[in-house]
Amino acid sequence: STSATNEKTNMLLMSVWSCFFGQDEEDGTEMGEGDEWMQGKTLIKPLDQLDLTEAELKEEFTRILTANNPHAPQNIVRYSFKERSYKPISSVDQLAVHFVLEGNLLHQDSDEARRQRAKQGGEDAGDVEEGGGEERADSVESKAGKKEQKITNQFNFSERASQTLNNPLRERGCQTEPPPRANFSATANQWEIYDVYLEVLQKQEKNKEKAKAVPKKDDDKGKKKMMLVETQSDDITKVAKVAKIIERMVNQNTFDDIAQDFKYFEDASDEYREQEGTLLPLWKFQYDKAKRLSVTALCWNESYKDLFAVGLGSYDFTKQGRGMLVFYSLKNSTFPEYIYPTTSGILCLDIHKHLPYLVAVGFYDGCVAVYNLKEETLQPIYKSTAKSGKHTDPVWQVKWQKDDMDNNHNFFSVSSDGRVVSWTLVKNELVFTDIIKLSLAGAVSEGPEGVQLPIMACGTSFDFHKQIDYLFLVGTEEGKIHKCSKAYSSQFLETYNAHNMAVDAVKWNHFHTKVFISCSSDWTVKIWDHTIKTPMFTFDLNASVGDVAWSPYSSTVFAAVTTDGKVHTFDLSINKYEAICQQPVVAKKKTKLTHIEFNPVYPIIIVGDDRGYVTSLKLSPNLRKKPKEKKGQELPKGPEVEIAKMEKLLSLLREPENSNA
Amino acid sequence: MQFEETLKRIQTHKGVIGTIVVNAEGKTTLDNSTTVQYAGLLHQLTMKARSTVRDIDPQNDLTFLRIRSKKHEIMVAPDKEYLLIVIQNPSE
Repeated sequence: STSATNEKTNMLLMSVWSCFFGQDEEDGTEMGEGDEWMQGKTLIKPLDQLDLTEAELKEEFTRILTANNPHAPQNIVRYSFKERSYKPISSVDQLAVHFVLEGNLLHQDSDEARRQRAKQGGEDAGDVEEGGGEERADSVESKAGKKEQKITNQFNFSERASQTLNNPLRERGCQTEPPPRANFSATANQWEIYDVYLEVLQKQEKNKEKAKAVPKKDDDKGKKKMMLVETQSDDITKVAKVAKIIERMVNQNTFDDIAQDFKYFEDASDEYREQEGTLLPLWKFQYDKAKRLSVTALCWNESYKDLFAVGLGSYDFTKQGRGMLVFYSLKNSTFPEYIYPTTSGILCLDIHKHLPYLVAVGFYDGCVAVYNLKEETLQPIYKSTAKSGKHTDPVWQVKWQKDDMDNNHNFFSVSSDGRVVSWTLVKNELVFTDIIKLSLAGAVSEGPEGVQLPIMACGTSFDFHKQIDYLFLVGTEEGKIHKCSKAYSSQFLETYNAHNMAVDAVKWNHFHTKVFISCSSDWTVKIWDHTIKTPMFTFDLNASVGDVAWSPYSSTVFAAVTTDGKVHTFDLSINKYEAICQQPVVAKKKTKLTHIEFNPVYPIIIVGDDRGYVTSLKLSPNLRKKPKEKKGQELPKGPEVEIAKMEKLLSLLREPENSNA
Repeated sequence: MQFEETLKRIQTHKGVIGTIVVNAEGKTTLDNSTTVQYAGLLHQLTMKARSTVRDIDPQNDLTFLRIRSKKHEIMVAPDKEYLLIVIQNPSE
């Protein structure tokens, strides 16, 4: 190109000029710049220079400097199968490699390095790694396993090793307290499993009750207290129960012979005595604190055949003081089961036939009370007061009746003030109803203003008919017995002039519905048929008769006690005129017997006296005779037999009367 | 209270030589050596007896146990927590 040749010639010119003008411009490169510098001086045109016009000289020619490789091909074509033709490649590699030099460094961890190391040992390994400081070299050396001595600076090196303080080692051990251990062993028996089930059941039931009680707040609190108390008292009562059992066992041992007699002894000598029998003394019951009191009432418990109640008080008008209600069991004769002290002497008591824990008591001061044996307190659950119709005179007899129509319990009482009163237990109160007023027939006293007031008779005993509910008998102090009905309050159905003195006891026969017995201080015991006004039998016992009782096993056997300390036992089917047994049962002669009761099942009787003792006696076989069966005939059983027996006796008596009449 | 009175009465009863109250673990109040011996042995025996009775019928339970020997009679009445032992000479 022309421009290029222009430049070449210019450069030649420069070099020529430099030779001519000095040695300031030695470098060739500086000559290039001198192109403009040279224009200040005169121009010498070379001979073969082109002649260009001014316009052509001023024409600018652009030169572009690119990074393209001038040697790279620009027309490479490739066959494209897609388009089935040759296509030029758009981008061609413009890289021109001018110089390549391979280094001889290997990474120390590369395979080749390892191979070399393995071949030549640790020396080359040290040479391989030169980068890094002394430390790295050291570490590499230690890795290799051979030590190389450190080359230290001879002039300027100071060892400055330091070591931290090694704290002295101390052993510190600690041990927790081992948890307390206990040996546990248990057996899995059938009964243990049963117990656990029972407990779970009880808990469930308690939870149910709690769930029910939750809506009532007050009740709930009350129940909570109750439950707490129960758990406490459970322990005490359980131990008390055990102690009771032991006490009974100890007593059984001490009185072993009596217990054996009670159960098994039958007097063999009765076979040799024709008709007579004997009473074998068994236990004697006495209570220290009751020594000065006399037994005023006795009653067996119908449900618990070994339990009986003793009422203590005094018959003496002048010596009236406190009284006591005491319960004994045959299983323990040394100490009573229940003791209730009272302010006034007790004169009579009765235990409810079906509810063995309810006891009705009549006092000398005219009150009546009802005790509940289940309660812990020593107070009666009901007591009559002056407002609620208590008697004004001593209450001589009380008797439980069947529950009335509202299912309330009720009992009757008879007193010297002439009233027979019915008491009903309504919730918390004792409601009284006068049933009948015993007025002396015909006897009237002159009251103020000429009004005639009937004089009241004093009732001393009564008894209710076993089958006919409304029928009852009342004995009075005047010696009369009135047959009354609950329905008629002012009139008697019948009156018997029974005795000359007060009627101490009147009792219906257990079997025969028409027969009753009465006894009195006029020394007599009389047996009646209530349809006939005169007695069937009369017995004179030579002493004031305190009490008489029918036996529960025979309609013809009864026993009476007298103030001379004797028990008279009669069996009308054997001997109609005399007692088959007359036996003193108390040691001291002056003791008066006051009451007698037959046990409902066992062949024993209890007798109370005026010194506070109760003696139990066993009836010998002769006293318990049942009618002999004829050979070949079946032995008839049941109350009908007894009735028939009595009826036979009575009919014998009636016939002469009928014939007389 | 009732229990203490009963216990007193038992102790003063005719023929009673001694009474021991044993708790569930076999400890007594008087740690006399004979007492402890009685307590331990009788406790085991009572447990065995009770186990026997209840195994036969779980609804049944032991009321008391009497051991009559030549010299005297030992009566044991068990309870859930306690055991009451009374030694009596019945022939006196």
